[in-house]
Amino acid sequence: MSDTNIHTEEHRNDDASKLGMWLFIFTELLLFGGLFLVYSIYRAQYPHNFHEGSLELSVTIGAINTIVLLFSSMTIAMALTAMQRNNKKLAMTMIVVTLVMAVVFLINKYFEWGAKFHHGLYPGSDLMALLERGHLLYFSLYFFMTALHAFHIIVGMVLLIVVLLRVKSNRIHAHKYVLLENGALYWHLVDLIWIFLFPLLYLIS
Amino acid sequence: MTHNTVDKIEYVSFLEHKGKYKGLFSWIFATDHKRIALLYLYAIATFFFVGAILGLLMRLELIAPGETIMKPQTYNGIFTVHGIIMIFMVVIPGLSAVFGNFFLPILIGAKDVAFPKLNLFSWWVFIFGSVLAVASQFMKDGPPDTGWTFYAPYSTATGTNVIMATTAAFVLGFSSILTGLNFLVTIHQMRAPGMKFFNMPLFPWAIYATAWIQLLATPIIGITLLMLIAERLFGIGFFDPNLGGDPILFQHLFWIYSHPAVYVMILPAMGVITEIIPTFCQRRVYGYKAIALSSVAIAGVGFLVWGHHMYTSGMSNQARWFFSLLTFVVAVPSAIKVFNWLSTMYKGSIDLKPPFLYAVSFIFLFIIGGTTGLLLGSVATNVQVHDTAFIVAHFHYIIFGGMGFAFFAAIHYWLPKMYGKMYNFKRANIAWAIIFVGFNLLYFPQFILGFQGMPRRYFDYLPQFQTGEVISSIGGFILVSGLILMVYNLVMGVRKGEPSPANPWNGSTLEWQIPSPPSIENFDEAPVIKKNPYDYN
Ligand SMILES: [Cu+2]
Repeated sequence: MSDTNIHTEEHRNDDASKLGMWLFIFTELLLFGGLFLVYSIYRAQYPHNFHEGSLELSVTIGAINTIVLLFSSMTIAMALTAMQRNNKKLAMTMIVVTLVMAVVFLINKYFEWGAKFHHGLYPGSDLMALLERGHLLYFSLYFFMTALHAFHIIVGMVLLIVVLLRVKSNRIHAHKYVLLENGALYWHLVDLIWIFLFPLLYLIS
Repeated sequence: MTHNTVDKIEYVSFLEHKGKYKGLFSWIFATDHKRIALLYLYAIATFFFVGAILGLLMRLELIAPGETIMKPQTYNGIFTVHGIIMIFMVVIPGLSAVFGNFFLPILIGAKDVAFPKLNLFSWWVFIFGSVLAVASQFMKDGPPDTGWTFYAPYSTATGTNVIMATTAAFVLGFSSILTGLNFLVTIHQMRAPGMKFFNMPLFPWAIYATAWIQLLATPIIGITLLMLIAERLFGIGFFDPNLGGDPILFQHLFWIYSHPAVYVMILPAMGVITEIIPTFCQRRVYGYKAIALSSVAIAGVGFLVWGHHMYTSGMSNQARWFFSLLTFVVAVPSAIKVFNWLSTMYKGSIDLKPPFLYAVSFIFLFIIGGTTGLLLGSVATNVQVHDTAFIVAHFHYIIFGGMGFAFFAAIHYWLPKMYGKMYNFKRANIAWAIIFVGFNLLYFPQFILGFQGMPRRYFDYLPQFQTGEVISSIGGFILVSGLILMVYNLVMGVRKGEPSPANPWNGSTLEWQIPSPPSIENFDEAPVIKKNPYDYN
């Protein structure tokens, strides 16, 4: 009796944690949803400028980053499956691979942003002030959206590092892995947002 | 699974319970929902008095035309900070953070909220945001002077502490999201065995609808404020027309959140009233399902009416027509609630105790606030009174007459449960009368002044408005003296009042079935769940 009691209590808490994470993901989606709304309004107003703006982005770098993030979504899902099958070593490896992918993404982003800054194209620069209105808005959105997304990547990485440490110290194990599951969910969200950002910013030309 | 075999634990109230920490730390690091509720109560009561003093200063300035006690720029700062404090730190968190925290778990038969640590974290985030907001008043660039609405492009250009104030609003919004999230999971996952959604009392229903709004609307203001901050810090021109942006877009984004935020304030207030009225009439609430679902309907339709704040900002006629129609639609579920309250009272054995007095005056003031809201919802009249004192009167009737009076009703209703002590009824009734008279004297003249053309947010006025302004100022002082008497009476009740029995009002919901004040676990025995929570037999 007491055994089943503990089991049901624990199970119930897992459901609560997962529901909590899903609700948090809703709020994140709406946060970016506000930005997508602003994007679509300005793009409808200045379609040509947005078209020209996107020509100046490197589709190659964007595509590489998309593949990197998709791959990382796969590896974190594999980490979860490995944990469920009680394969701690594989789970840890997969979390580390995910983190490496995140770093690769950020390095790529760093070079992409760096090139823009090098050309004097950054918010508040003299060059930006000379641009046409729509063009200016396109780059404003580009910097704001990618920066906010990069911030979410970093938050996701912190979460995954916490998960990694807990797997290592056996506080996450084959019968208690809801934090890993939530970390993975959050990572999928970060990936998903990029899947929207990539076509909206890079592929509209 | 059921806990009815558990040995009876010796009763220790949550106020005396000894946890991990001692003294002050046993409060500010408490994860018990009841202690967190009291933490919110003390913080919010303090902020309310700060906001009220700022309000009084405005009333003093307006007691005579011309410069009376302050310069125009000071006045701009004061009405802005008054708004920020009252909206983001008092009325939005008010009922759900204090009474939601305390009574939501108890009313659904739970031991605590779903995530107690997150709950404590939300309180700390709230305090951090509040400190930022108050500090914005004193930092070197001067208090923000945009009004609590932070309208662009002025907010992107003024030299005052806008960044700090908007950061504060962002942080406070984050706290609000976390509280809403916590309550949603609590309601879905923590209900006692046998407590179905339609066995829940109606205050949890109201909190449920509110929590969805907190969760889904707050991110929009979050991103809007982030964009505004980025615009000021990095010159990213989302809203400044000089940089290609669109200031009207700011207004849209702002009201997409801030209209639903009105329901974050008023839905829990309606929930409180729905608890109080059946208790003091000893009658089953009339139309349980209608009240429960109307909360959800208000939350849903409330997302689609924001445009009624912007009829004069530049909007197509179709859009104005559409928003006007939906504004009238959203009034229907509110009216349903009023009819249900009145029908509950019909043929009941009404007991005019202080909580009920506040509840009835809530209905009275809410009807005035609500119907003048319809005047503002229809385009033609709105254009006439837009940005006048009429608006000020309308939303104070809703927010103060509604949410504020419901808060007072709630504290008079639940204080004996929270502290196990009873306050003095006679003094409570006198305070109520003073507050009610003062409130109407303060705000009713502003309807008339608004019709006559007195603009809002002006520190000066034409001599013809003086009679109304003076009456209004006198009302302000009466109101505040009533508030002081009320707080004095409650504090004296808590400190020296008679011990209160577990069920002083003969209430039927779960909180009255446990000792006053509750033990740390709320229920030492599994609660008995009634089919209808308002069964008085
Ligand atoms: Cu509104």
